[in-house]
Amino acid sequence: MADLVVLGDEAVALGAVHAGITAAYAYPGTPSTEILEYLRVHAARHGAPLASWTANEKTAYEAALGVAFAGRRALVAMKHVGLNVAADPFMNSALVDLHGGLVVAVADDPGMHSSQNEQDSRYYADFARVICLEPANAQEAYEMTREAFDLSERFRVPVVVRLVTRLAHSRGVITAAPPRDENPVRKPASPVSWILLPAHARRQWRALLDRQQAVRAYTAASRHNVLSLDDRELGVVTAGIGRNYYLENLDDLGFVPSHLHIGAYPVPAEAVRLLAGHVRRLLVIEDGYPYVERRLRGLIPPAVEIRGRESGHLPPDGELNPDLVRNALGLASRPGVELPGFVLPNRPPQLCQGCPHCDMFQAITRALDGYAESVVMSDIGCYTLGALPPYNAIESCVCMGASVGMAKGAADAGIHPVVAVIGDSTFLHSGFTPLMDAVAANTDMTLVILDNEVVAMTGGQPTLLPSSRIEPLLRGLGVDPDHLHVVQAHPRQVDAIADLIRRELEHRGLSVVIGVRECLETAKTKKQKIPEAVQV
Amino acid sequence: MTFDIILSGVGGQGVLSLSAIIAWSAMREGLHVKQSEVHGMSQRGGAVLANLRLADHEVASDLIPQGRASLVLSMEPLESLRYLRFLSPSGAVITSLNPVVNIPDYPDLDELVGHIRRLPRVILLDSERLARKAGSARASNMVIAGAASCLLPLKVETMEHFISTRFAAKGDPVVRQNLDAFHAGREAAAA
Repeated sequence: MADLVVLGDEAVALGAVHAGITAAYAYPGTPSTEILEYLRVHAARHGAPLASWTANEKTAYEAALGVAFAGRRALVAMKHVGLNVAADPFMNSALVDLHGGLVVAVADDPGMHSSQNEQDSRYYADFARVICLEPANAQEAYEMTREAFDLSERFRVPVVVRLVTRLAHSRGVITAAPPRDENPVRKPASPVSWILLPAHARRQWRALLDRQQAVRAYTAASRHNVLSLDDRELGVVTAGIGRNYYLENLDDLGFVPSHLHIGAYPVPAEAVRLLAGHVRRLLVIEDGYPYVERRLRGLIPPAVEIRGRESGHLPPDGELNPDLVRNALGLASRPGVELPGFVLPNRPPQLCQGCPHCDMFQAITRALDGYAESVVMSDIGCYTLGALPPYNAIESCVCMGASVGMAKGAADAGIHPVVAVIGDSTFLHSGFTPLMDAVAANTDMTLVILDNEVVAMTGGQPTLLPSSRIEPLLRGLGVDPDHLHVVQAHPRQVDAIADLIRRELEHRGLSVVIGVRECLETAKTKKQKIPEAVQV
Repeated sequence: MTFDIILSGVGGQGVLSLSAIIAWSAMREGLHVKQSEVHGMSQRGGAVLANLRLADHEVASDLIPQGRASLVLSMEPLESLRYLRFLSPSGAVITSLNPVVNIPDYPDLDELVGHIRRLPRVILLDSERLARKAGSARASNMVIAGAASCLLPLKVETMEHFISTRFAAKGDPVVRQNLDAFHAGREAAAA
């Protein structure tokens, strides 16, 4: 087939299509969003596969699991922290006997370009005792995703494909292979392994553990794990895109270190032992946590020194780059250009000029003026930028939906007034459940939903339900209609909204104010479609 | 041969489109290409960076090492100075001199331009004026692409062909505006 130019994310998507998936599910999250965006464009053109945005990562995972129950193949995609949300079905799905392939594409964000933490999904794969594949470039992303479906069916476990930002958002050329057909619908012969009653779960867990030997035999033989024994002093262990930074510097090294590359986990223990027996010192180059480095410490004799992120020879946090690896290899960085005497001011991201969130933040700040002690809990989205000047309007951002539960806790603890600020999509993702707690207790807090009718931060994906459904949803939940308001988020309305919020702050119980106005970016562009890969 | 390019600007300025013209043209000429992009939060009016690497062999790292870039292409003068550590001492900076002032401590423009002129190899362009003259204020990035065409290891016809193809769906006048903007940048850089 012809060569295609794609992002790492898109390579995963195409790999899944060519592996014969029937469905794909995701909630948008940088740097994983483009996986499903690509599939939606593909589906619109070719009529398949089903590619759906879902309420959150947990519902995405469960839908994919249902597809696998029906014997067909499904992809579920998310950012790293999304796997926290989906952790419950993920962990348990490792115990059922999958016969339809289930692949979890997770995009980690080392360096936190667009995230609240830099957790490493390889730990999750290890935790669940499942296989993880880690591509280093777009071609590998394509091939590994395809293979992941075969592995999932062969070992009857979900398989994780771990990406990092730098691969997810890097464009390269791939050569695709002929596509495979979808699986027919085929229910499991017996549902017993899917009914995780304690008696069944114990048996399934033991079966999963027994299967580890076969899984380790696979990674020992996998073409993604490559050992070459050369230099007797230095052995380099690379994982995923760590190899790219190593190869970038190899020519300047003057010798060829022994090298083990790991692209398939669990870590191939025998290859590690062979390498350690050949050299005196190891350098581990991996983006994310020192996962491999820590595994090595239990596998090889203490006489072999291990250097990496854990030992301090590479930084313990942040994203790797060719220069950090260069320095760890003992080479100096090349000089760049300097401009002495000039101090460059930072240019942080900011809310767009005229963004409806600005109006709501102004109103909230005005309403809170004069209170001795108040709190504004907030959430994940563009509006988190309300933490920056000139707004300085929010006091928390922890995880999807946390604003609502944290506001309840702060109110329970005795703070008044308490405000929670959350976007419409984040509310639908996981703000609804904690609101149930606040409704049940009639907590003294005011929830402000910033409804811009779109998932804005990730590029304008449609929200799962239209905005008009939120108010009836809240009424149905039992929010007092006298304290449930829908307002137009507009500069001309700021004073009126501030007065309204002020009144609701004085109401000693739960109140909700929904500020509605369409996202400017969405209104402006009305969603330009991401073009499908263009042929070279 | 390796030709590394740092592309910079402010979110929304078309940095990725600028990168795309060069990347596609390079691929059409048979070069290996890697393009690392910024998506997500930084795109909201913040500093935006793309790494574009062209080579006649396979490219390993998605990111350009320090001191290796042959070219900094910037849509905005302040941003042209943000990534100088990646620029080779023999490399060049091509930048628009039209500022995006969305931060309170933006430097005085004359002082800023004075600093940029101290760089060893620099081409400064009033890309907005040239783009408007070509008939489309939005074609600023085409002006920068045109200026870059003087230094890139690519045939100018390949880039022209890409621009024609890319805008073909929008009609001949749009194609012509973008080609004119491209040529205006090319001429200004050669002058």
